[in-house]
Amino acid sequence: MILTKAQYDEIAQCLVSVPPTRQSLRKLKQRFPSQSQATLLSIFSQEYQKHIKRTHAKHHTSEAIESYYQRYLNGVVKNGAAPVLLELANEVDYAPSLMARLILERFLQEHEETPPSKSVINSMLRDPSQIPDGVLANQVYQCIVNDCCYGPLVDCIKHAIGHEHEILLRDLLLEKNLSFLDEDQLRAKGYDKTPDFILQVPVVMLCPLAVEGHIIHWIESKASFGDECSHHAYLHDQFWSYWNRFGPGLVIYWYGFIQELDCNRERGILLKASFPTDIVTLCHSIA
Amino acid sequence: MAAVLESLLREEVSVEAAVRWIARSAQSSEDDPGEAAALSALQPLRKEFVPFLLNFLREQSSRVLPQGPPTPAKAPGASAALPARAGGQPRGSRGARSQLFPPTEAPSTAAEAPLARRGGRRRCPGPARERGGRGPGGPEEGVGGESVPWAGGRRLRGSGSPSGPSLALSDPPNLSNLEEFPPVGLVPPGPAGRTKPSRRINPTPVSEERSLSKPKTCFTSPPISCVPSSQPSERYESGSPLPSRTGNLTDEPADPARVSSRQRLELVALVYSSCIAENLVPNLFLELFFVLQLLTARRMVTAKHSDREPSPDALDSLENPLFQSIHDFSLAEAFGLCFHWPLGCMFVPNTGAVVSLAMPPSAQAVSFQPETDNRANFSSDRAFHTFKKQRDVFYEVLREWEDHHEEPGWDFEKGLGSRIRAMMGQLSTACSHSHFVRLFQKQLLQMCQHPGGAGAAVLGEAPDVLSMLGADKLGRLRRLQERLVAPQSSGGPCPPPTFPGCQGFFRDFILSASSFQFNQHLMDSLSLKIRDLNGLALPQQEPSDDGESDVDWQGERRQFAVVLLSLRLLAKFLGFVAFLPYRGPEPPPTGELQDSILALRSQVPPVLDVRALLQQGLRAHRAVLTVPWLVEFLSFADHVVPLLDYYRSVFTLLLHLHRSLVLSQENEGEMCFLNKLLLLAVLGWLFQIPTVPEDLFFLEEGQLDPFEVDTVASEHGLDSVPVVDQQLLYTCCPYIGELRKLLASWVSGSSGRSGGFVRKITPTTTTTTGLGAQPPQTSQGLQAQLAQAFFHNQPPSLRRTVEFVAERIGSNCVKHIKATLVADLVHQAELLLQEQLVTQGQDGGDPAQLLEILCSQLCPHGAQALTQGREFCQRKSPGAVRALLPEETPAAVLSSAESIAVGLATEKACAWLSANITALIRREVKAAVSRTLRAQGPEPAAWGERRGCSHACEHHAPLPSHLISEIKDVLSLAVGPRDPEEGVSPEHLEQLLGQLGQTLRCRQFLCPPAEQHLAKCSVELASLLVADQIPVLGPPAQHRLERGQARRLLLMLLALWKDDFQGPVPLQLLLSPRNVGLLADTRPREWDLLLFLLRELVEKGLMGRLEIEACLGSLREAQWPGDFSEELATLFNLFLAEPHLPEPQLRVCELVQPNRGAVLAQS
Repeated sequence: MILTKAQYDEIAQCLVSVPPTRQSLRKLKQRFPSQSQATLLSIFSQEYQKHIKRTHAKHHTSEAIESYYQRYLNGVVKNGAAPVLLELANEVDYAPSLMARLILERFLQEHEETPPSKSVINSMLRDPSQIPDGVLANQVYQCIVNDCCYGPLVDCIKHAIGHEHEILLRDLLLEKNLSFLDEDQLRAKGYDKTPDFILQVPVVMLCPLAVEGHIIHWIESKASFGDECSHHAYLHDQFWSYWNRFGPGLVIYWYGFIQELDCNRERGILLKASFPTDIVTLCHSIA
Repeated sequence: MAAVLESLLREEVSVEAAVRWIARSAQSSEDDPGEAAALSALQPLRKEFVPFLLNFLREQSSRVLPQGPPTPAKAPGASAALPARAGGQPRGSRGARSQLFPPTEAPSTAAEAPLARRGGRRRCPGPARERGGRGPGGPEEGVGGESVPWAGGRRLRGSGSPSGPSLALSDPPNLSNLEEFPPVGLVPPGPAGRTKPSRRINPTPVSEERSLSKPKTCFTSPPISCVPSSQPSERYESGSPLPSRTGNLTDEPADPARVSSRQRLELVALVYSSCIAENLVPNLFLELFFVLQLLTARRMVTAKHSDREPSPDALDSLENPLFQSIHDFSLAEAFGLCFHWPLGCMFVPNTGAVVSLAMPPSAQAVSFQPETDNRANFSSDRAFHTFKKQRDVFYEVLREWEDHHEEPGWDFEKGLGSRIRAMMGQLSTACSHSHFVRLFQKQLLQMCQHPGGAGAAVLGEAPDVLSMLGADKLGRLRRLQERLVAPQSSGGPCPPPTFPGCQGFFRDFILSASSFQFNQHLMDSLSLKIRDLNGLALPQQEPSDDGESDVDWQGERRQFAVVLLSLRLLAKFLGFVAFLPYRGPEPPPTGELQDSILALRSQVPPVLDVRALLQQGLRAHRAVLTVPWLVEFLSFADHVVPLLDYYRSVFTLLLHLHRSLVLSQENEGEMCFLNKLLLLAVLGWLFQIPTVPEDLFFLEEGQLDPFEVDTVASEHGLDSVPVVDQQLLYTCCPYIGELRKLLASWVSGSSGRSGGFVRKITPTTTTTTGLGAQPPQTSQGLQAQLAQAFFHNQPPSLRRTVEFVAERIGSNCVKHIKATLVADLVHQAELLLQEQLVTQGQDGGDPAQLLEILCSQLCPHGAQALTQGREFCQRKSPGAVRALLPEETPAAVLSSAESIAVGLATEKACAWLSANITALIRREVKAAVSRTLRAQGPEPAAWGERRGCSHACEHHAPLPSHLISEIKDVLSLAVGPRDPEEGVSPEHLEQLLGQLGQTLRCRQFLCPPAEQHLAKCSVELASLLVADQIPVLGPPAQHRLERGQARRLLLMLLALWKDDFQGPVPLQLLLSPRNVGLLADTRPREWDLLLFLLRELVEKGLMGRLEIEACLGSLREAQWPGDFSEELATLFNLFLAEPHLPEPQLRVCELVQPNRGAVLAQS
C-alpha cells in the first residue's frame, strides 16, 4: 500500500475528470486490481477533492448558479422523476452533493423571504424530507446517495472510518501493553494540540536496514492515503505541532502513503502504513 | 619606563622589589631603602611599566617571529618612539631597533601614546594623560651598582613565592606521544603559498564598532589569527604548513655562548615572568601564547638565519640572549609553574576524527506541560490559541533555520524576518509574551548549553530512558559529530564574543523580531533565571578520600558544569539584549555628548544588579560560579558602560579579584587551581574586549575600591572545591586551545601557525535537564539546626537525596490531594449543581451566583487537605528515602534521614496547600460548573444510557463505516440511476441487515454519528422496501422483491430498531411526504406493507398511535395527485379504525377502492 510517487501518479492520472459515482469506482477497481479498494477509494476521493477545490469557484459565480438553476427547472418540468440534478452535476463536472446544495440554496432564496442559513441547508441535506419541494427533495437525495466523495453520508463514513482506526490503534496499544493518553484525556488536561495517542513511556521503533531506531512519543492515526497535498497540510497543522510539543512520533496512514513523503524520519516524524511490529520498549523486549 | 628597566639592569633595584613595586605601589618592609628610593622616584611611571614592558617585548621580538606583521603598525608609539639615545649599553646606532633599552626621556612610550590619545574621550583623566609627553625622572640618577649575580635572579621566588620551585615542571608534555603531538605526516599539506591567516596576536580584532580602529596598544603581541570564528575556510587553511619552513627545520639549539648581554636579558625575562606570575598582565594566556611563540619560533629562526651575518641588533636573531633567557630560564623556572597546567590541560588525548556518522543535528522541542501551558494559564481563549499558533511558527522558523543557515547566500532576516515579526505582532497580551519568552529561553538552554551547538540536554526530557535503551550512544555520536563539523577555530587566544552554532539562531531571532516587549520580557526572564541558578545550592564539600563518593562527586561536578554553562549562556544573552539599544556601528561618543549620555545612563538602573551578585559571590566564595557568567554579561557592554560608576565598580572588583588570583599560591583552603585558572582565563579575555577601556586594567590603586578580595575560601565556599575540571575549562574558554594548537603544530612541523588541524574532542557529559532540586525552605529553629548538623558529616548525596525526596513527595502530595479530595469535592459540586438545576429549572440561575453557593458549601472541606497531606507525606517519604540511600546506611542515620524528609515534605506540601487549597477548589468547581452548564445546552442528552458490548464479544462485527457504505450503495441503486444489470439479491439484503445487527450489538467501533446515520439509512431502506423500490437481481421479469421477503426484511429492521439501536431512530421519516410519496410512483399501488409496518411499530412500542396519526394527518396536507390523496385517506381511516388493542391483529386488510380495483395482497 506504500506507493512510489510514480505508482501514485499513474493512478492519479486515471482519475482526471471521472465523476464520483459508484460506476466510476467499479471501473477503477478493475483497472488496478492489485491495489486495495480502500486505498483506491481514498486516493480517488482525495484527487477528486483537489479537483473540486480547483474548480469550485467557477461553479459559484452567479451566472453559473443561475444557469444551473434554470437547467434544473427546465429538466424537472419535463420529467421530475428523471435524475436531472445528478446528470447536470456530472455534465458540468461538479460534485452531485455540492450541486444539490447549490440548487437548494438557490431554490430557498427564491421561495423564502430570508436567505437560508447554513445550518438550515445542512439540515435539509442531511434529511431531504425537510425540503419543502417534493421533487427537489428527491433530486437532492438522489445526488447525495450517488455521490461517493461529498455529502453528509460520505462525511459520516469518513468520520466513522477515522474513529474505527483510532479504536483499532488503541486496541493494538493495549495489546502491546503500551500505556498512553488519548485525545480526550489530553484535552481534559488542557493540551492545546492533541495527537490521537501520547505514549506515557516512549518506545523505539526499529527500521529494517537501519542501525538505529526511532524514538516515538506520540502516534497519530490517519484512515486515509497519505498523498503530498494532505500530508503537507497535516504536517503543518498537526504533525509538526505535535513534534513541537512532544518530540518525535509516528503517523500511521492506514491506507498507505507515497513513499517519498517519509523523509522526516531523522527530524522525528515517521510514517507507517500499519502498526509497527518491531518495537522496543523499555524492558528490552521485542514487541 | 625604560628608566625602571635601567634601574633594574644597573641592579639598583632587585627584581622582587620591582615587581612588588609594580603590584602594590606602596613600599614594603622587605624593600631595601635604596631600592625604595630608586623606585619612589619613578612612582608616576609605575602603572605604565607593564604596558611598556609588554609592548617592548612584542616589538623587539616581532622580527624574530617570522610570521609577525611589520612591527610599526601594531603599536603606535611603541617602536617609532624609541629614540636613538644611548641608554644602558649602546650597541650601535641603527635606528630604534639598535637600542635595546630606550632612553629615559622617551616622550611617549608604548603605553603612554595611546593613553594620551584616548584622553580626549576619557571621562576621568588619569595621571598618564596629565604626564603625557613629559619625560620621567632620569634613572641615571640612581646608583650605578655592581652586577647582581645571576643567582640573584634565581632567588626571585625565594621569599615571596615559596611554592614556585616546588611546582616546577612535574609533568612535561610527552612529545613522543603521537596522539598528543601528531607527526608531520598527519598534517595534510596545503597548497604551497597559500596565504596564512593573519596572525596578529592583537587579541581584540578591530571591529567596525571600534571607530578609532586601533588595536589595543599594550596588548598587541606577535601574530595570531584573530579572524572571527565564523569562517569555515580557516579549517582548511589551518593545516597547511608553509613548506619553506618545514623544509628547513633543523634541530639546532642556539648556542648560549653566543649570547651577548645575557645577564640583562635574563633580568628582563625575570621581570616579565614575575609580572605574569603576579597577574600584573591583563591576560595570562596571551602572554603564554607569546612566550610559546617565541619558543617555538626558535628552530625556524635558526634555519632562516643560519647563513646570515650575526646581527648586531639586540633582539634580532636567535642568538639574542632574550630568547635564550626566556627559553632557558623562563621555561624551566618562571613558567614552569604556569606551564605545568596548560600543558597538562592541553594534552587531553586526541580521539581523532573517526566518526563519520552523518546525522544532522536536530533540535528537540520544549515539551508541552499542562501545568504551565494549558488554557488555565492564559487570560483568554484567544491568547491561548494565539500562543498555540506561535509555538508552531517558532519551531517552523527554527527548522527552516536548521535546514538553510549553512547554505551560502541564505540570510536570516530575508528568509525569516517577516515571519518572525508577524508572529511577534500577534502576541497581543503581556501574558502571551511571558509564555513565549519562557519557551524561547527553555529552547535556548536546551539547544545551546554546549558550545558546539546542540548540547547534551538536546535529547530532551528522556535521557534516562534513552540510556536504558542504549540509544545514548547514538546521541553521543551525534554530539561528537556536531563538534567535529562545528567551526573549530576559536579565533585566536582572544576571540571576540560570538554566538556559535545554534546560539546564532537565537541572536538573529532577537534581532529580527525587534520587539521591545519581547526584549523586556526576555530580560526579565533571563534575570530571574540567572538569579535562581546563581543562588542554587551546589556541592560544598570536597570529594572524600575513601573513594566511596566518587560517583557522587562526578555528579556534583557535572551539576556544577551544567549550572555554570547555563548561567553563562543566559548571561550572554542578557548582556546582548540589555546593551543592544546602546550598541551600534557609530563611534563611541566623546566630549560633551559623552558627558550628557553618561549623566543620562547613570540614572538608569542596571537590568540585573550584577554588582550585588558579584559582591555576594565574592563574600560567599562562589566567585568560580558568579564571575564566569558575569564576564559573559559584560562582554556585550557598550562603550559607555565601563564609564558608568556602577559598572566601573564592578570592573574594579573584577580587577581586584584578578590580581588576587596568584596561581603559585595554592594554600590549604584557598581557591583551587583550576578554579583560579578559569577565572583568570575569562577575566583576561574580558579585559581584551574592545569596549573595555584599555587603561582600565592599569588603574591606579587609589581609584580602586578598597573592597578586599579574600581568596582564602572559607570552609564552605564553592571556590575551594575543585568543581572546575579541564573539560569545563576548555568548554568555557576554547581559546586556551590555541596554546595547544601552537605547540602541537610546532611539534608536527606546521610551524606554529594556527595549527587548526589538531583538534581536541572533549567527551561531553550527559546532563539531566533538572538542575537539581532547590532545597526546601527549612524553618529556623533548633530542629533545623540539628538537621543541618546532621547533614554536615554525612556525604552530600544524603542531603540531596533527602531534599529531593522531600521535594518530590511534597509535590506529589499536592497532586494527590488534587486527585482525591479536590476531585471528590468537584464531584459533589456537580451533584449539587444537578440538584439545583432540577429544582430551579434548566437555566438554574446566574452561573456566578451558583458558583458562589457551591464554593461556600465546599471550600470549608479544604481544611481536610492539611491532615490528608500530612498523612500522605508520613506514609510516602520514608520508603522513598530508604530506596534511594545505600543499603548499608546505618539505621540511625536512615531513620533520621527519613524523619527529616517527612518533615520537609510535610512543610512543603502544607505550605502550599494552606495557601492555595481554597483557590484550587474554587477553580476546579468553576470549571465543573461551566462544563455542566454547557452540557445542559441545546444538545440534550437524548442518547440515554449506553450499553457496551457483551462480555463475550470479540469485536469481530463488520465495521460501521463498511455498513453505512454498503447501505448507501443499496440506496443509490434503489434511487437510481442504475444500469440495467444492476440490482441486489434478497440474500444480500438479509445478510446486510444481519451484519447491521452484529455491528449494533458490538459497540466497539461504533460512534454516535455513525449510529445515527445507520438508523436513518435503515429507515430509508424500510421506506424503499415498503414502496417496493429495491431492484432485485435476477431474471428481468422478476425485478421486485417477493412480499414475504419484504416482510421478513421489515421484521428484521423492526427488531433492530427495537433491540439494537441505542440512539433514537427517526421512524417518523417513514411517514414523511417524500418517503410515502415513493408509493405514488408504483403501479399498482400497494399499501399493505405500509399498513403492516405501522401496525408493527405500534405493536413493538416503537411509535405511539397518536404519533402515527399525527404524521398521517400532516401527510394529508401535502399536495398529492387526486387519486393518491384518496388512497391515503382510506389508509388513514383504516388505521384509525383498528382497535387500540395490541391484538387481535388484523392480518388481512382490504384497502380496496372498488372502482379502482386495486387489490392489496394479504399477508
